[in-house]
This record gives sequence, C-alpha cells and structure tokens, in this order.
Amino acid sequence: MRKTMFAATAALTPTAAWAGDVMALPEDSGATAWMLASTALVLLMVPGLAMFYGGLVRTKNVLGTMMHSFAAMAIIGVLWPIVGYAMAFGPTQGGFVGWDSEKFLLSGIDTTWIPILDETRRIPEYVFAMFQGKFAIITPALIAGAFAERVRFGGYALFIALWSILVYNPLAHIVWGGGFLTGEAIDLAGGTVIHISAGVAGLVAAVYLGARHGYPRSAMHPNNLVMTLMGAGLLWVGWFGFNAGSQVSSGLATAQALTMTQIAASAGALSWMGLEAALHRKVSSLGMVSGILAGLVAITPAAGHVQPLGALALGFAASFVCYGAIALKNKLGYDDTLDVFGIHGAAGIFGAIGLTFFLRDTPEHGLATQLWFQVKGVLVAGGLSAVATLLLLVLVDKTVGLRLPHREELAGMDHALHGEHGYGLMNVN
Amino acid sequence: MKLLIAIIQPDKLDEVHEALVAAGITRITASRASGQGRAQEMELYRGTEVAASRMPKVRLEIALNDEFVQPCIDAIVRAARHGEGERGDGKIFVLPLERVVRISTGEEDRQGI
Repeated sequence: MRKTMFAATAALTPTAAWAGDVMALPEDSGATAWMLASTALVLLMVPGLAMFYGGLVRTKNVLGTMMHSFAAMAIIGVLWPIVGYAMAFGPTQGGFVGWDSEKFLLSGIDTTWIPILDETRRIPEYVFAMFQGKFAIITPALIAGAFAERVRFGGYALFIALWSILVYNPLAHIVWGGGFLTGEAIDLAGGTVIHISAGVAGLVAAVYLGARHGYPRSAMHPNNLVMTLMGAGLLWVGWFGFNAGSQVSSGLATAQALTMTQIAASAGALSWMGLEAALHRKVSSLGMVSGILAGLVAITPAAGHVQPLGALALGFAASFVCYGAIALKNKLGYDDTLDVFGIHGAAGIFGAIGLTFFLRDTPEHGLATQLWFQVKGVLVAGGLSAVATLLLLVLVDKTVGLRLPHREELAGMDHALHGEHGYGLMNVN
Repeated sequence: MKLLIAIIQPDKLDEVHEALVAAGITRITASRASGQGRAQEMELYRGTEVAASRMPKVRLEIALNDEFVQPCIDAIVRAARHGEGERGDGKIFVLPLERVVRISTGEEDRQGI
C-alpha cells in the first residue's frame, strides 16, 4: 500500500521491510485516528455494495444478492486474521506469497507498531491489519455481481473463501506486501489487486457459469433503483477511506488522495451523464451511478500520484471506457449480470495504465519503464486471477455445486436458498 | 369470453408465465396478494419455525376467448404445482366476461382481448 517507487528502498510494507527502530519514533495519534476512521469507512462500503447490487437484481433475488456481500464480511472477516494478514504482509516466500507465524492469528502483533508513510511516526499494527482486512472482504464481494441471480449459497461461500486464500492474499503480497511487483507498479489502493482481479474473476465466472435463464431476450428489471442509488452514495463516501486511508498517514499525502478521489468520481459521473444525454436524450440514474463507480475505480491506483487535471482526465475518460466495455459485452452476449468486468475490470485496467501519463513526479527510471511496470501489474493481476478463478470454479462446481438448479433459479434465490422474501412490507400479513 | 383469476405461489410465477407463453397466451396481469388457503406453511424467523398466516401469493388475471380457456387452465395447473396433491399451490377461478374494450383502438370483445 505504501509503495512509492520514488522511495524505492522503502517500498516494502511497513511491517516487512523497515529496518529502523520503530519504537524510537513518536506515536502518531492523528494518523491512528484517521486510519481507524478509514477502516470503518471501508467496511461501510460492503453494506453499500450490498445495497448497490441488491437493488439491481429482480425482486426474487434481492436478499440472496445482498447476502453475497454480507457473507464476505462473515467469511473473510474470519479468514483474514487467521491466515490472510500473514499471507499478504508476512516476509516474502519467493516473491509470490508471504508468511510469518507471528502474524498467524495475529498472535505476534498485539503490541507492535509500524511506521507511517514518511517514517517519522508510528501507528499500531492492529489498525493497519484491520484496514487491510476490509479490502480483503470487499474484493470477493465485488465478484458476486458477475454471477448474481444464479449461484448456490454454499458453493459461493466456499468459492470466496478459496479465492481469498489463493488469489487475493498472494496478489496483495505481490503488489503491496513485499512480493515481486512491490515498488514497481503504482497501485495506491487496489486498482490491480482489487478491481482488476475482481473484474477478471467476474468475467471468467460469468462465462463459465453461463447466462441466467431468459438472458438476454427477457427484460430483467432492477427491483429497487432507489436502494442502488443509496448504495452508490455509501460507496462514494467509503471510498475516501479506501483511497486516502491507503496513504497510511494523516497529512499532505492523505489530502492529495482524498482530493483526487472526489474529483475523479464527479468527473466520471458527469461524463456518463453527457454520454447518455447525447446518445439517448435521457440521463438515467443507473448511468449516473455507473459513472461514479467508473471514476472511483479509475482513480483508485492513481489517487496518491496524480494532480487534479489527471484526476479529471482519468475520471472523465473512465466512463467512456466502461460504456464501451458494456456495449461490447452486449454484442458478445455473455451474462456479466451487474457488469463487474465492464466497470471494475475495464476502469481498473484503464486507471492502472492511464495514470502513467499524469504522474506528479516523473520517476527516475523514466515513463516508458513505468508504463511497462503498470502493464506488468495489469497482466500479473489479470492472469493470476483468470487462471486461479477458473480452477476454483471447476473445483467448487464439481464438488458442492455452484450453479443454481433451473427450478430454483426460476423460483428465485430468496425463496429457494434462504426461505425468506425481501419485500414483505408490500403484502398485508 | 371468460375472465380467469388464478392465485399461485410467488416462486412459480416465472414457470407459469413461461408455460402460458408456450400455450399462446401472452397477455396477462400479475399482482401481489396475501391470503390463507388450506396450507399451513412454516416460515423461518431468526432460527425459529413459526406458522405463517396470510402468505404472500401472486394473483393472475387473464381475459380469454373461449377456445383458450382449457389450454390456459392446463398450463397453469401443470406449471404451478410443487408436487402431486401438495397444499398451498393455489386456485383457479373462471368467470363469465361480458365486454372487453381495448383503450388504444376502441376494438371490442374478441378483437379486444
């Protein structure tokens, strides 16, 4: 997370690589407070995502879809302190994954501290570990949008548990935790680790599982766009913790990341509004929130390293990229239900590569080398996610089963899987 | 002409709709309803099974020319059943229909349906 290749020697994570005596640094209560707040803000994005996704599916699947996000809080929320943090931020084992028995069950970090970004002060390691844990939770929850309305709950639970261990933890280690891309690819808050990996996993899963019954011939209307808009609002607010918190400090760098986040989100929203006004003569609320997300995803890797003009450009262009990606999906005919690849994959790739052209400081090794580092990051994240996701899909599908049986898909997940219905308030009872 | 009112379980709505379309019946109205029939269903509430009262149902209204009445009934019965003789699958009522007017064109009766 705190990799800046401008301080390439200090590019490793606080815990993995800092050679100095952390206890000699003064405590930073300001950074601790902001990191605690950021941790809570990123967790708020998960129910935000549940509302965002939940509103977009059909009435019969609203609870099942929201449960995908909430289940990630339960499953990854347990796995992360047990093995996730040790795998992502332990000392590297060959560049691909970390491990540290001291971090297993977080047993060794009860009283430890880590330096903040500029290494002048220290914050408790717990707050860093928990902040990172929220990213681990939201990433598999993002994937669920690609196969919404057609998976078994048990199969989904097993899939995200395995995906977190075999894809997310190694990737977080490779890019942030001291693995082989640490200090090369610029990825402030997870353009590659989170959005590209989730987007590509979603694409692979959507193609592997096949389309929903009736897609694309029958209209499948969102059951509650009001809830989707509220969810998008929560995501936008939470994203300030996501990006600005990723600076692991409370100061100038935090303010820079927060500013770029705000600018890119607005630019993305405005750009999508313009696109729809020009092409359809109507600006839709779903288009508005799609633009917000496109801008936010694109600025995620870049927020600490570009200036307002760059944030405007990335946010503005991201909506065009995502709009095109979704149009292409409709041509190709695969059923990425809630456009996980169309938004997170496409804007993630665009932001990771596009940021090279708007950097605040030109790196010593030159822009061409940096561009190669960015492309390498995209290829590694996309490649690892694609291959491992496919293996896990086959494994889960052949053992416990992942695709919902036809009858249950028609009946809807809420009734078939959870024995509940989402909108009891519409019925006298 | 007949007006057919069917009360079915919500989870069978898509199956019934598809069966109707397959039988050539494409114009239907569906709405939410609540009711209590012979079924005594159990619901899960915070891990406890409780007896449900006035279960959510779907009410279909379909205006039919006479030759479509039996195919429509057959399609609904076939698609809305959860199993032979299981309680709670719903009911079908067939009522005489006096007059039909299509608002957009003013066509009446057979053409209006």
